[in-house]
Amino acid sequence: MNLTTHAAAAIGAARTITRVQRWTAPSIATVSLVVAAQLVLVAGPLFLSPNVVERLTTLFIYGILALMWNALAGYAGLLSVGHQAFFGLGAYAAVRLADWGVSPYPALLLAATLVGALSLPISAFMLRLRDGEFAIGMWVVAALCHLLVNLDNLVQGETGTSLIALQAYAADARRSYTYWAALGTVTALGWLVFVMLRGKMGTAAQAIRDNEEAAGSVGVRVLPSKRLIFVLSAFGCAAAGALWLASSITFQPKTYFSVQWTAYMIFMVLVGGIGTYEGPILGAVLFFTIETLFGASGVTYLIGLGATALLFALLMPRGIWGEIEQRLGLQLLPVGYRLRGGTGGPPPKR
Amino acid sequence: MIWLNQLVQGLMLGGYYALLACGLSFMFGVMGIINLAHGSLAVLAAYMLFVLAERFEVHPLLGLVAVIPVMALIGWVLHRLVLERSARAGALIPLLSTFGLASVLDNSMFQAFGADTRSLAPYIDSLSYDGWTLPGGIIVGQLAVLTLVVAIALLGGLHLMLNHTALGRRIRAAAHDPDTAQLVGVDARSVYAASTAIAMTTVAIAGAFLAMRATFDPYTGPYQLIFAFEAVIIGGRSLWGTLMGGIVLGVAQSIGAQVHPQGFLIAGHVVFLAVLLARVYAADTLRRWVRSVRSRFSSQFGNRATTP
Repeated sequence: MNLTTHAAAAIGAARTITRVQRWTAPSIATVSLVVAAQLVLVAGPLFLSPNVVERLTTLFIYGILALMWNALAGYAGLLSVGHQAFFGLGAYAAVRLADWGVSPYPALLLAATLVGALSLPISAFMLRLRDGEFAIGMWVVAALCHLLVNLDNLVQGETGTSLIALQAYAADARRSYTYWAALGTVTALGWLVFVMLRGKMGTAAQAIRDNEEAAGSVGVRVLPSKRLIFVLSAFGCAAAGALWLASSITFQPKTYFSVQWTAYMIFMVLVGGIGTYEGPILGAVLFFTIETLFGASGVTYLIGLGATALLFALLMPRGIWGEIEQRLGLQLLPVGYRLRGGTGGPPPKR
Repeated sequence: MIWLNQLVQGLMLGGYYALLACGLSFMFGVMGIINLAHGSLAVLAAYMLFVLAERFEVHPLLGLVAVIPVMALIGWVLHRLVLERSARAGALIPLLSTFGLASVLDNSMFQAFGADTRSLAPYIDSLSYDGWTLPGGIIVGQLAVLTLVVAIALLGGLHLMLNHTALGRRIRAAAHDPDTAQLVGVDARSVYAASTAIAMTTVAIAGAFLAMRATFDPYTGPYQLIFAFEAVIIGGRSLWGTLMGGIVLGVAQSIGAQVHPQGFLIAGHVVFLAVLLARVYAADTLRRWVRSVRSRFSSQFGNRATTP
């Protein structure tokens, strides 16, 4: 027997023991449930009370923010504390376009697209920065965007303005349209990220996050991959800002360009589970619940959010879903592969 | 003459930014950590001095004698409880934890002191408004000159400490290669804790000057962090570079304010991004230029230069 036969036999044996698996019974059930729930939610405005419809719209916007920030930090390893720049610019662009006569709802989509396009030149130099420098560099970009938006007379400085064009719709219709727009955006972005992470892009992004130089050396196109995720996250955050404007009508630069949005995104992603697909969704739901219960207690609530984020960073950096996944080997929305069987093979890996 | 005046005032302002940035630059240099709570900690020191001045009528500069040790202790605890643990978990976790800390600090200060803007200017007598007149009628404030002098003294002190003391040697060793430093008997852990304490000492002094020269409120911290960071990056991340960076930032803001009412902050951010852009692309262009010169050189002198 020569070596080659040995190797072939070994590979054959391994093949019978280990199976590479993506779908499991719980994950198939979950994906079906998610699709069913999304279909039910489409009919939401028909049977839910106006208040619930408004709250759900808020939840969807939080979901978009968490998904986008996680794609950036959890998968591309780019931690930004300045994504309120795109949130604010999205809202501003919608106000600006509506003032020029674009119908308000198309203006929301157009605004997000324009901000996504603007993020391309921004990415050209911001992506040259690493880690902490990128993080605060983005904060400077956000501060600059805020100041430049204030120069537009339409905004009237910190007094702000409103999306008056929305008054053309009756309150009920407006509520439903905004709800559908938010639901459509969070669903579309959610599935887009899901499909992206399951493809080549996901593997590339995680390789970059784990070790940029090593990823580059095995042929991952580091910069284009990062740029794609950066632009996607800018588009998503801009859409979230535009939708927030549609649901609250008033545009005050200070509120939209506030670093508080980043604090919310960090909270949702860190508590839910950074770098997992399910984590930020769980985080958004948790944050939404906490806000509903304690949001009225003002500054104490904000201290609590900051302290929770700090404790999670120190004690449970994988977040709630990361821990669940690690301990139970559970994957409900599978974006990775898992190895099944074998003699105590490696743990399920994304 | 008005432009010369703005230039001089910008230079003085740069002294404050250098003072603010030197702790951030020091921690980044030694541990590779960017402390996102830097500005909030400076505001915390300012509030401590404010309480001392308001309740106990302690002059802010005298108050520093009490506040500096407290801030140094906070720095030591900060490293032991937060930074050390997060640094072990990867490059991103220190950013998340210090961001959370900043949020806790800002909102806690809001709860304790309310939204009122405060200043230490009323407690330092004529120092807040006295000035010297330079030839040409340019007036420089005594406090601004003092800030610049303190900034230079502090940076010089850090420089001397790093290069001429046993602690400085240990810090440089741990900064360069913590594992090897450990092998030759340097306890990187306590060196880092000491460095954080030293950085917080400078933050206490920066907080004092922040509160003496201007007003502050619980949410002033993040802006100070941004200014400090801009100074560090413009200056190229070294200690003396930080002084240069602070001055460039100060002059840009001062001239920007002259150009447009909102120009003060915009000019600062724009100069920061321009320096960043220039550094990224100038480095590329320079490399390309060197390569083209080298290839021209080798074609002129045959293949000798290109043989490996």
